[in-house]
Amino acid sequence: MGRRSIIGTSAAVVAAMALSACGGGADSGSSDTVRVTLVNHVWTENIRKALPEFEQQTGLKVEVTQLGEDQLSDQYNVKLNAGADDIDVMMYRPLQEGQLFAKNKYLADLTERAKESADFDLGDFQAAPLGATTYEEKVVGIPIITEQQVLYYRKDLLEKSGFSAPPKTLDELKTQAAKIEADNPGVAGFVARTGKAAAVTQFSSFLFSFGGDFVDEAGKSAVNSEAAKQAYAYYGGLLREHGPANISTDMSWSEAMAIFTQGQAAFYPEANSLYKNATDPAKSKVSETVGFAPFPAGPDGSKPYNVPSWGLAINDASKNQSNAWKFIEWAAGKEQTLEHQKAGTPGARTSVWENPEGIATYPADMADAITVSLANGVGHDRPLVERVAQAREIVGQPIVDAITGKDAAASADAAHEAFQKFLDDEAR
Amino acid sequence: MPAVTAPERAPRGASVMPDTPGWARWANDHRKWLFAAPAMAFVAVLIIFPLAWTVYLSLTDSAGSVRAESEFIGFRNYVDVLSDTDRFWPAVARTGAFTGVALFFEVVLGMAIALLLWRPFRGEKWVRVAILLPLVATPVAVGMMWRLIFDPNIGLANQALGWIGIGPQPWLAGQHTALPTTIFIDIWQWTPMVVLILLAGLTSLSDEPQEAAMIDGASAWQRFRHVTLPLLMPTVIVAILLRGIDALKTFDILYATKGRGGGSFHEVETLNVYAYGLSFDYNEYGLSSTVLILFFLIIIGSMWALTARRKGADR
Repeated sequence: MGRRSIIGTSAAVVAAMALSACGGGADSGSSDTVRVTLVNHVWTENIRKALPEFEQQTGLKVEVTQLGEDQLSDQYNVKLNAGADDIDVMMYRPLQEGQLFAKNKYLADLTERAKESADFDLGDFQAAPLGATTYEEKVVGIPIITEQQVLYYRKDLLEKSGFSAPPKTLDELKTQAAKIEADNPGVAGFVARTGKAAAVTQFSSFLFSFGGDFVDEAGKSAVNSEAAKQAYAYYGGLLREHGPANISTDMSWSEAMAIFTQGQAAFYPEANSLYKNATDPAKSKVSETVGFAPFPAGPDGSKPYNVPSWGLAINDASKNQSNAWKFIEWAAGKEQTLEHQKAGTPGARTSVWENPEGIATYPADMADAITVSLANGVGHDRPLVERVAQAREIVGQPIVDAITGKDAAASADAAHEAFQKFLDDEAR
Repeated sequence: MPAVTAPERAPRGASVMPDTPGWARWANDHRKWLFAAPAMAFVAVLIIFPLAWTVYLSLTDSAGSVRAESEFIGFRNYVDVLSDTDRFWPAVARTGAFTGVALFFEVVLGMAIALLLWRPFRGEKWVRVAILLPLVATPVAVGMMWRLIFDPNIGLANQALGWIGIGPQPWLAGQHTALPTTIFIDIWQWTPMVVLILLAGLTSLSDEPQEAAMIDGASAWQRFRHVTLPLLMPTVIVAILLRGIDALKTFDILYATKGRGGGSFHEVETLNVYAYGLSFDYNEYGLSSTVLILFFLIIIGSMWALTARRKGADR
């Protein structure tokens, strides 16, 4: 290459870089493009289909980034830490990251915008979910999806073993699981999440129904209470005795759901918001035979969690906040919430639950199960702390210890000590 | 006798025409710095600055958000980490075991395969392609594939064991079998790279020493042990160096097969996975920087030890 052509090439490169730099200039200030980061979820699939309607109404353009749960969390950690302004609207987990994000001032204060908008009607939201997206009396997020725990079960297997109804109590659950397992070689009586951190949320309903909680009223660790020890031993023991053979201790919902939908387990306690995975024939071999029941009662009654699993918030560093709000106003508005509810994603608005249309599309037994959960539900499914990831690992240790056959009570005592230290640390 | 004088040094900028402007003369005088400047800036911005920042972070209690206020706490993080027998030291041991075992098998197998492929034979091309295939697969896809094969209930591995009458194994799901299984996957994926490097070394060896040894009546093993191996040693050390550093830093296979934290019992949590968990799960940026700096020192240390051996071998 001659000298002249080198110079020519360099000049072209420099020019190209200068041009692309100009392209970046549109980032500052208000923009017609709203950049929205969403998680892989049924809700997201549906909102994407409805987007053209919003774009037509407002003349705005929506740019969606869609990620898996872990990748989403990593992305927020990197971008929000750096103060990046290229996320306007963010879908986040109020109970997992809410406190941390709000404390670090990553979330814009939405109180005024939400209260001023008459159509939006902030008063329509259920108190518990909205409480979870409120930090120091400021509304920093809008709950869009709520979750209640229900019991997924196989109608055909129950019938075959001579049971006319799903278990009403945890004792019955154990008996039925054992009988079905004995009657059907190769089928597990029970499957549930087993990963140390992943299992905590689904374990929480067992804990509450045994009469326990992660933290007591005085704010002290309660994971070694008598009730908690029984709950750990029950959950781990059920998986150990009647779970799948060679059980892995890494399962989150996708692995456990796969075992259930492949027809290899009879009972599966899980969040109702995932029920489409079991009823969709494309994803599930048991779509015809799956049934749903209210969470079985323990010594303290049936106390499943009822929590806001996802919310929408605005990145505090975004320079496009008023357009970002327009998106939230629409996506979490009454109309869209009803649409999502009809499509199988439980919402956080009172109006959609009161509307008969709102639950008409649910399987009848699912609708009944949800009604029970809404009545006795507990508003959290994990310790309500700032560093949730650590806390989940601590309180989840006795679960995996119980699954692998270690002494659940001793493990709960050890977890109690570690958790109390963690709480003291956090209070400092 | 005329006094011997040193030839007078040309005045600065003398080689440039007298009417050249001042900046051109300055540029000409400093040309070695000017030409090196882009590369130096690159190194400074992308390596030195992040490293210095990590060192600084490791001396603070930064947590939650790196933009939040943090306190300078000296070496307290280092004391905490180095006295942590719960997560840190087991992670160091796992990193060492993973790298040591994987590297040993990769080099031995790699050498054997390279020797087999060294001499031309029929269908050589196809065999080479087949052997190099694992190398070009993406590690995450590889992790997912092996996860399916090693699934304790529906996986191929347990079915195959069943055919020869061995009961099902937990593989990746077992507390004590997970690390050996991930080591196996690493060996499967990376032996081809060692083959490639060694094969390149073998083809560059001249035939004469081999022929001389053959005439002297050396057996095949003797020829390998006393002729091929010593001549190939520099290449072997390069292969160990490259693969060793890579194996120390393995993340993708472990993350794809066991997820965050290396499983519920941290059974495959190496230093890299641990540091990732500290920053992305726990948001403990100070602690995680400390682990990373210590990890960095371990890598530098092992590299230094290997290159020192290499120099010894060259002598």
